[in-house]
Amino acid sequence: MINIGLSHYLVLAAIIFTIGIAGIFLNRKNIIVILMSIELILLAVNINLVSFSIFLNDLSGQVFTLFILTVAAAEAAIGLAIIVVYYRNAGTIRVEKIDNLKG
Amino acid sequence: MDNLNFILPEIFISLSLMFVLMLGVFKKNSTSIVYNLSIISLLIVLFLVMSNPINSNISIFNNSYKIDYLSSLMKMLSVTSAIFIMFISSKFLKKNNIYKDEYPVLILSCILGIMVMISANDLIVFYMGLELQSLALYVLASFNRDNILSSESGVKYFVLSALSSGLLLYGCSIIYGFSGSTNFLIIQENLNSSNYSLTFGIVFILVGLAFKISAVPFHMWAPDVYQGSPTSVTVFFATLPKIAALTVFIRILYVPFFNLIDQWQMIIIFLSIASMVFGAVAAIGQRNLKRLIAYSSISHMGFALAGLSIGTNEGIQSSIIYILIYSVMNLGFFSCIFMIRKNNVYYEKIEDLSGLSKSHPYLSFSLLIILFSLAGIPPLAGFFAKFYIFLAVIEKSMYFLAIIGLLSTVIAAFYYLRIIKIIYFDNEKEKYDIDHHIALKISLGVSVIFLLFYFIYPGIIADFVSGIKIIS
Repeated sequence: MINIGLSHYLVLAAIIFTIGIAGIFLNRKNIIVILMSIELILLAVNINLVSFSIFLNDLSGQVFTLFILTVAAAEAAIGLAIIVVYYRNAGTIRVEKIDNLKG
Repeated sequence: MDNLNFILPEIFISLSLMFVLMLGVFKKNSTSIVYNLSIISLLIVLFLVMSNPINSNISIFNNSYKIDYLSSLMKMLSVTSAIFIMFISSKFLKKNNIYKDEYPVLILSCILGIMVMISANDLIVFYMGLELQSLALYVLASFNRDNILSSESGVKYFVLSALSSGLLLYGCSIIYGFSGSTNFLIIQENLNSSNYSLTFGIVFILVGLAFKISAVPFHMWAPDVYQGSPTSVTVFFATLPKIAALTVFIRILYVPFFNLIDQWQMIIIFLSIASMVFGAVAAIGQRNLKRLIAYSSISHMGFALAGLSIGTNEGIQSSIIYILIYSVMNLGFFSCIFMIRKNNVYYEKIEDLSGLSKSHPYLSFSLLIILFSLAGIPPLAGFFAKFYIFLAVIEKSMYFLAIIGLLSTVIAAFYYLRIIKIIYFDNEKEKYDIDHHIALKISLGVSVIFLLFYFIYPGIIADFVSGIKIIS
């Protein structure tokens, strides 16, 4: 049996974080996927903070996590609302079609 | 309990924000009441901020919230510019059918976030302030919701800003892990430069902040968002979040990470040089005034960052003077844009200014002063802003940065002068309305007089700012 230590959690968080970033940049189809990627990034940060908090025996990391969870919920709500507004005007939420502003 | 007096401005603004929101919900057709009440409450907030002794140096809530010279000054600056912006944008909102209850409420909550950011002395408090500010700005960017450009700029700002706060948070978590605390002072005590993971954390935090002030290479959202969002929101974007993010830059670089200056100095110098050069070069081909001002603000932020990269109190003070004069110039410039109107249509192309001097001599003269000042031509205020930065940079013998800055000023002068050429020497095209709102005239007059007569006694602001001593 391997002992699960701090570094395992950090590597897991780093992998999830990278998946999130890659999801934003590689995705060409749908804005909803971008929202999901943003959630992944925030969750990776939460894993990081909680594991550090346990490792350091310090509570403020977990408090930070709770704040991040709240903000992530608000952000998702506002993001979805903006996407709905955009969909009403443009009739599509495909990422490659979002190019009215350029110059 | 005595110390609660020092956060009275924040308490008052949050209470008035909730009151105004309730008023808007329960009273029919109350938009103008809500709008004027929020302006009044901002005036009261300004008064409350000023009534605190400016020399105080107080930390409250377990050292997580700091009231000092820097925070009082920046709060005054941001609240004052917010009042001016609210004043000048009411007519624009009415003409565009977006004069709604939610607008002043969102502005107020954004300013609350900005004030929290400015005073933050803890990573959690800083993050909450930042998010309060950006959540309000997402909605404001897409406020003209029947317009495809506005909603698209909202989508773009949302995605990129959420990404940047994700990066910033990852940096925060690494810093927390290696220092064992989220408080800036404790982080400063616990950090030592022997650890390479710390550089990762610092880089992530700097990337997130650079997004907020749109420094190159994290500027890609700025031109699109500036162009797409309603002009009254663009002027907001161009001033307030930059003031807040610059203050946070100062606090984060010079309190928790000051011992690691070797590691972040090169990053800031790179951001500064890239922003100055890119902002100057990319603006040359622009046709839209709002897009042009976006590139010009990128370039100006490069100068402000140059002041921060030095690592001395003089450098910090010079960037604060810079951001102050920059806000005044922006307010004046956008007052001019609000004046270029015929019936219900606002014009924002550079060609629309063609031959403006024949029919609107005063407006053209004000634009001339503002554009010369943006280009940094003496004896206007914009010259002094750049002068202080270069003085501080050269004192630390960072000649390379100074030379690049001077060269980019020369390049940037080209596109400002081109607008002046179009105003004064091209054929007259259109005659615009002259029945301007009194607030527009006042704010334009104030900013032009400030820019024009700053040189008579330039020490007045330098003295005022010289109380900021972050590095002890």
